[in-house]
Amino acid sequence: MARKVRVLIAKPGLDGHDRGAKVVANALKDAGMEIIYTGLHQTPEMIAESAVQEDVDVVGLSILSGAHMTMFPRVMELMKEKGAEHIVVFGGGIIPPEDMDKLKEIGVARIFGPGTNTGDIVTFLRERFPEE
Amino acid sequence: MTARPGIDRLLELFAEGKVAAAARLITILENGGEDAERILDSVFHRTGDAYRIGFTGPPGAGKSSLLNRLTGRFREKDHRIGIIAVDPTSPFTGGAFLGDRIRMQAHSADPEVFVRSLASRGSLGGISNCTDEVIDLMDAFGKDLVLIETVGVGQSELEIAEKAHTVVVVLVPESGDGIQAMKAGLMEIGDIFVMNKADHEEAESAAREIQDTLRLKDIPEGEWEPMVVLTSAREDTGIVELVEAIEEHRRHLEVGGHFASMRKKILRSRVRNALMDRMERRLRQSVRVRDFLEQRMESVYKGEISPYRVVRELEGLVSIQ
Repeated sequence: MARKVRVLIAKPGLDGHDRGAKVVANALKDAGMEIIYTGLHQTPEMIAESAVQEDVDVVGLSILSGAHMTMFPRVMELMKEKGAEHIVVFGGGIIPPEDMDKLKEIGVARIFGPGTNTGDIVTFLRERFPEE
Repeated sequence: MTARPGIDRLLELFAEGKVAAAARLITILENGGEDAERILDSVFHRTGDAYRIGFTGPPGAGKSSLLNRLTGRFREKDHRIGIIAVDPTSPFTGGAFLGDRIRMQAHSADPEVFVRSLASRGSLGGISNCTDEVIDLMDAFGKDLVLIETVGVGQSELEIAEKAHTVVVVLVPESGDGIQAMKAGLMEIGDIFVMNKADHEEAESAAREIQDTLRLKDIPEGEWEPMVVLTSAREDTGIVELVEAIEEHRRHLEVGGHFASMRKKILRSRVRNALMDRMERRLRQSVRVRDFLEQRMESVYKGEISPYRVVRELEGLVSIQ
């Protein structure tokens, strides 16, 4: 069996708008990837532990609450502690351009803003994981 | 991507109890091949202790929510738990949406609970083809209870019966009337039947119907009589009773010596399956077989010889002595 790209899609924090996360999860599933969807209200600890247990290649975080500057770094820090710093992290949501730069600096691979075509996210991941 | 540790290093980290290493080894098992066999060769001597409980039933019956509640009770008893949650792979795109973790949130930060979502990847039996191997790995990792959740099943995805010591069939009042329950398949593999969503007004009568159907079966002296338990995962009722039922079934297996014979049965079927897989792969990969088939198919197309004759001829070519 060929290697499948495994992606964890999670919604950290308190905001309850998961439509975007679900649309992305569905598009990636249709592109032949295995999506682990963990639902709403995830703490960084839950996300990091799930990502490690599931041995995902990618974590996608959807944040609309404005808490991105705490959530992204914390999740990445915890994954590193657990020996999973190789996992690619990308994000979606409403994130101001100046924060986007800061997030890239700490290692977030890409941020997709509102209006992103799901095809762009699929292309991004396919380029990142060409073996599948 | 950064360099990843090789299998030897992963096995060392695994022996030290590192979750990330165990998780990576599971991925390699899922992908199969020589590396997967190397892992199994190396951990197999540490397996055989975990008690395996299978949960099956129709989609939406509440299997994940029930597992979430049960895990809480088992943790109170200091069990170390592995959970394997299988969801279907799309036969069209090969992708999968694995959503069982959504309902298992209560334990996602507990390091003693190791949840792994598996896509069925083309297997039709309600679980993934590598379920046995993932159970082995969790077992060798020190999990003493392994809970396996199948995809939402209909009446014929019954492979879990070959893998689990205790099979729990989770039903809901809407699962169908007594006639549905009499149909072959699902009703024949349960050691315990759970009528979930017990808050539903029809639940008690549905549970009675299941009980009545089960009574129609002739159970030989000393064999297990399937139990029916009413639960509500949402309201957290009946969970203690379900734990007791599972423990009672386990005692029955242990006292009656069934446990040892089940282990042998599971291992025999694994050897058989592995052998069949290997033979099939070798047949598919054999150039000699392919050339032979290509050559003989012309005669089959023309109606000169039957498909069975081709197979007989082929058997002569590849016979195992």
